[in-house]
Amino acid sequence: MPVNIAVLAKQVIDPEMPLAAFRIDDAAKAVVPPSNIPPVVNGFDENAVEAALQIKDSQEATITVLSMGTSFALDVMKKPLSMGADELVLLQDDSFQNTIDSFFTAQVLTTAINKLGGFDLIICGRQASDWDNAQVPLGVAEILGLSTVALGKKVEVTGDKVSVERVTPDGYEVVEAPLPALVTVSNELGQPRYPTLRGIMAATRKRPTVWSAADLEMDAAQLEPRVTLLNLFVPVREQQCEIVEGEDAADAGRQLAMRLREAKII
Amino acid sequence: MPEATGVLVLGDSIGGELSPTSRELLAVGRKAADDLGEELAISLLGSTLDVPSQQAIAFGTDKVYAVTHPLLSDYNVDLSLAALDSLCREVAPRVVLIGRTNEGRELAPRLAFRLGVGLAQDCLEVSVDPASKSLLANRPVYGGNAVAVVSCTYTPQIAAVRPKVYEPLDPDSSRQGEVVSFPVELDSSQARSRVVNTVQEEAEGIKLEDAKIVVSGGRGLGGPEPFANLEELAKLLGGAVGASRAAVDSGWVPSSYQVGLTGKTITPDLYITVAISGASQHLAGCSGAKVIVAINKDSEANIFKEASYGVVGDWEQVVPAFAEAVRELTQD
Repeated sequence: MPVNIAVLAKQVIDPEMPLAAFRIDDAAKAVVPPSNIPPVVNGFDENAVEAALQIKDSQEATITVLSMGTSFALDVMKKPLSMGADELVLLQDDSFQNTIDSFFTAQVLTTAINKLGGFDLIICGRQASDWDNAQVPLGVAEILGLSTVALGKKVEVTGDKVSVERVTPDGYEVVEAPLPALVTVSNELGQPRYPTLRGIMAATRKRPTVWSAADLEMDAAQLEPRVTLLNLFVPVREQQCEIVEGEDAADAGRQLAMRLREAKII
Repeated sequence: MPEATGVLVLGDSIGGELSPTSRELLAVGRKAADDLGEELAISLLGSTLDVPSQQAIAFGTDKVYAVTHPLLSDYNVDLSLAALDSLCREVAPRVVLIGRTNEGRELAPRLAFRLGVGLAQDCLEVSVDPASKSLLANRPVYGGNAVAVVSCTYTPQIAAVRPKVYEPLDPDSSRQGEVVSFPVELDSSQARSRVVNTVQEEAEGIKLEDAKIVVSGGRGLGGPEPFANLEELAKLLGGAVGASRAAVDSGWVPSSYQVGLTGKTITPDLYITVAISGASQHLAGCSGAKVIVAINKDSEANIFKEASYGVVGDWEQVVPAFAEAVRELTQD
């Protein structure tokens, strides 16, 4: 039996965009997507796709990518397919807003996972680079009652169990858990592979499954948020930096040492 | 369920001592409990009642729940979660505080979902509004580029607090408090994930988290070799070496070196950054440093907005001369 894997992926504002383009709509309490910079698949979610593909490299597996949002850039969200994932399921509805409330998102994703009949293994990025909540994956695991391993840097499936190298502050630990399981992965997993030309061609032909709230038989209004956003602002940095100069860079280095000594810092 | 009241800190101990994070949480919790006019309690898990209760009382708690079961002798996330779930349902606190430590990163969201309530994640500031008795939390979002102020709509209101942001209270060994034994029912089958091996790969010398002086390198170093220069400088200063995520992702140093949002939070007296641009997600891990020094050839780099002292120049020229001068200055 092939391992039936789901990867949860989110479309986010490019976190590498210049800081100057970062703007908040105060009234909406939301970050304004920059008009000239396309969104990306959340970086840790690309690590999750890579983790799933590494499993598929060594054994029979199918990989379904699920994402929730109000609107999608299809070429962006097809990237996991061009890397080698098999299916793409987009949960798209005006009510599927990108809020700071993880409870809502986890409920929508869980409903879709159940509609798809469940998975042996769900792999997710540790957190999304927009709200940095690190909650949705663990919430999905709790709602579905799955065994859970967080912060993996290597994921292997053997028989009916998953083995994960889990990042710790001073190294890693190997954790085993029975399937069905949910694993979150971190950047320590390594660079996600690049799409191949053949992968890109195949992804172009693939049509995602698109489900609305009605398709999921969900009434979003009934899901009361557990966390509400009261305010969103850009923190003010007040630090004045004293630039230490010298005749050349090396001299500036010497001057820096003397300045720090003078200030009794070293 | 009884009416919710009080503040509960989910504490832990390390080697029989109350953990530093628990001490910080007790300071946050003490203030919140006083503002609410309610009780502060802490839970400490273990196989016996031999938990650092008196220490927790000295650091500010009114009550200690010694949550006990033979299976709690070694940490297992599934069992701790089951125990804390039982405790929260029984005690019905208004506010729950947990540290966003390595364990807390996983425990807090799972506990919130198990209880069906909200979690304010990775908070830098936590308070309660005495009138509405609501928890208010400031938390960095978008990699630290913005701050969100959030509240929770269900009880208990849970906040995961970033370690090393708050200072513990001065311990007072004359404080009085109550110790409550709270045996829980657990079953070994609840421990579904199991640690089968632990691998240490931390560098020798002073631990990055404990070092008073840290020298970190970033993408601009261009490869793993320059870290030898940083190691040398760190040794001279009696400090440790760290790195930005870019340097770790490039495979130049192990992940245990990583300082930042998804790496370590450090609060040294002196933090010297070399060829680090200063992305918000890096600053999230070092903004508690007393003095930040930036060495970067790009005068527009974001790190200069956070640093107290800076040198604009190529690290290859600046660092050896700086190290040489430090050697001379600190020898006498």
